[in-house]
Amino acid sequence: MIETNKSSSLFRLGLQRLLFLLCLGLVGALASATLVRFAPGNNVSERELDPRWRADSVEALRQQQALHQGLPAFYFHYLVALTHGDLGESESLQRPVRDLLRQRLPVTGNSVVRGLGLAWLAAALLASLGVASRGWLFEASTTAFNSLLLSLPSAVVAMLAVHLRTPVFCAIAVVVFPRLYSYIRNLLIRSYDQPHVLAARARGLGSSAVFFGHVLPLAAPPLLALLGVSFAISFGAAIPIEALCDSPGLGQLAWQAALSRDLPLIVNVTLVVALVMLTANSLADLAGRSFAGNPQ
Amino acid sequence: MKPLQKAAVSVLCVILVSMVLATFLLHAPYARQFRDIPNAAPSSAHPLGTDALGRDSLSRLLYGTRVSLLLAPAAALLSTLIAAFLGSLAGLLGGWFERIVLAMTDLSLAFPWLFLLLVVRAMLPLDVSPLVSVVIAFLMMGLLGWQASVRVICTAARGIRDSDFLLLARSSGCKPTRLLWRHVAPNLRPLFYAQFFISIPLFILTEANLSILGLGVMEPMPSWGNLMRGFEDFSTLSANPWRLVPLILLMIVVMCFQLVLPPQEVTQ
Repeated sequence: MIETNKSSSLFRLGLQRLLFLLCLGLVGALASATLVRFAPGNNVSERELDPRWRADSVEALRQQQALHQGLPAFYFHYLVALTHGDLGESESLQRPVRDLLRQRLPVTGNSVVRGLGLAWLAAALLASLGVASRGWLFEASTTAFNSLLLSLPSAVVAMLAVHLRTPVFCAIAVVVFPRLYSYIRNLLIRSYDQPHVLAARARGLGSSAVFFGHVLPLAAPPLLALLGVSFAISFGAAIPIEALCDSPGLGQLAWQAALSRDLPLIVNVTLVVALVMLTANSLADLAGRSFAGNPQ
Repeated sequence: MKPLQKAAVSVLCVILVSMVLATFLLHAPYARQFRDIPNAAPSSAHPLGTDALGRDSLSRLLYGTRVSLLLAPAAALLSTLIAAFLGSLAGLLGGWFERIVLAMTDLSLAFPWLFLLLVVRAMLPLDVSPLVSVVIAFLMMGLLGWQASVRVICTAARGIRDSDFLLLARSSGCKPTRLLWRHVAPNLRPLFYAQFFISIPLFILTEANLSILGLGVMEPMPSWGNLMRGFEDFSTLSANPWRLVPLILLMIVVMCFQLVLPPQEVTQ
């Protein structure tokens, strides 16, 4: 009975999140469209400056653009095109945005997932080792190493990766690792210091039994929340890394769009990134709540 | 204060003083070209050599330090002020206002920080003067970097909302602005300082990333990020290791800021 209640609560929460995502997607699209509409230089086509165009052709072009002048009209056209799966055309790359996203998203997804996996594995291993040993030398050396990595700009990590010919996901892991390590370490120390864990250890329970039976259930919900957050960190790191390592992913696409002020591309990349990030955060949140047994 | 923190503060003070004295210490302005000696090795005239355009690297480093170290705290101050105002008000008022502020915060926190900056930078003109590019870069960071602090400040303000002294002040007819200014803000001051210091290294690193990507401070104005653009060719760095000085200086400053903060503040 309790199990059924818990599942139905989780299902309800999942539905709420989905609805929230849809609303947020619409609001995000409106915000992006508004930003584009009021960005300096919007609605001025470079073709207007081309001396080969006749005056009546330029006038026709202006009239065509005037149809999308008002914000409601602009947003309406944007949404109608969106419902038809038409994300517009990139001004700088002269290709449909949908094709570009379809091509680039898997590349970034692959790098981010592999980089996150590596960073999580290294951070969890090192944090567990540190908590188990609690020696000052180990702690001092890992803290120093961690702060060294934290003070490196991700663009410099990317340039190092280019020089050492390491894959993109390794560079992402190097950027994400120090942020995960300090959090996981603090969380594990706090969990190990809980009275019931101390009591279990005092009664002679094995270290693996203490870890899996008492520490992990306590640390799991915040760790799952961290998983959602680490997605955003790794995607942020992917931008300079992909741009400088010449990896054809979404990060590089966003950078190119920013450099060439390709506003239709920027809007749609923003929409995709917002949806991916919010989905990842919502899934991590749901998993954390179901693990904690408190879906409310 | 621990000895390590004292050392960090001393190092920061030395860097700040040399940054201020840059104008008097150096004979060459950062943009002056010595066209006959491009890519020169360190000498008595140019202690860190010259860059590919023949500009004195030490002058550029000291002026770049000035740009990064003056404007990152300015951006941190702006973002902390926004966070302090929004967070305190949301925590004090509660209800729908708190929900709206926290929803806005969640939405912007869902975006990767660098991506958010990239999107906003794309909306602004790129062909601007170097001085305007500096202002844009740091204003953008100041105006967009308040989200994480708002959450922390709002939670702390919520704790104060139901305290006895605030109840007493409210029953004496204190208005919300006075409550905020005289009662809530002074109690949250240590938190404001912590958020301010946490933001500085973050903004220094962000400026470096943006400038390396060509979206931050524009040439010929130097900044740490700008000076590191030459690292793309690492093979020349092994032959000219003194070119790594901007990176080393940046790392020292960021680490010093991390050390100055007490550990419990860093983990927040």
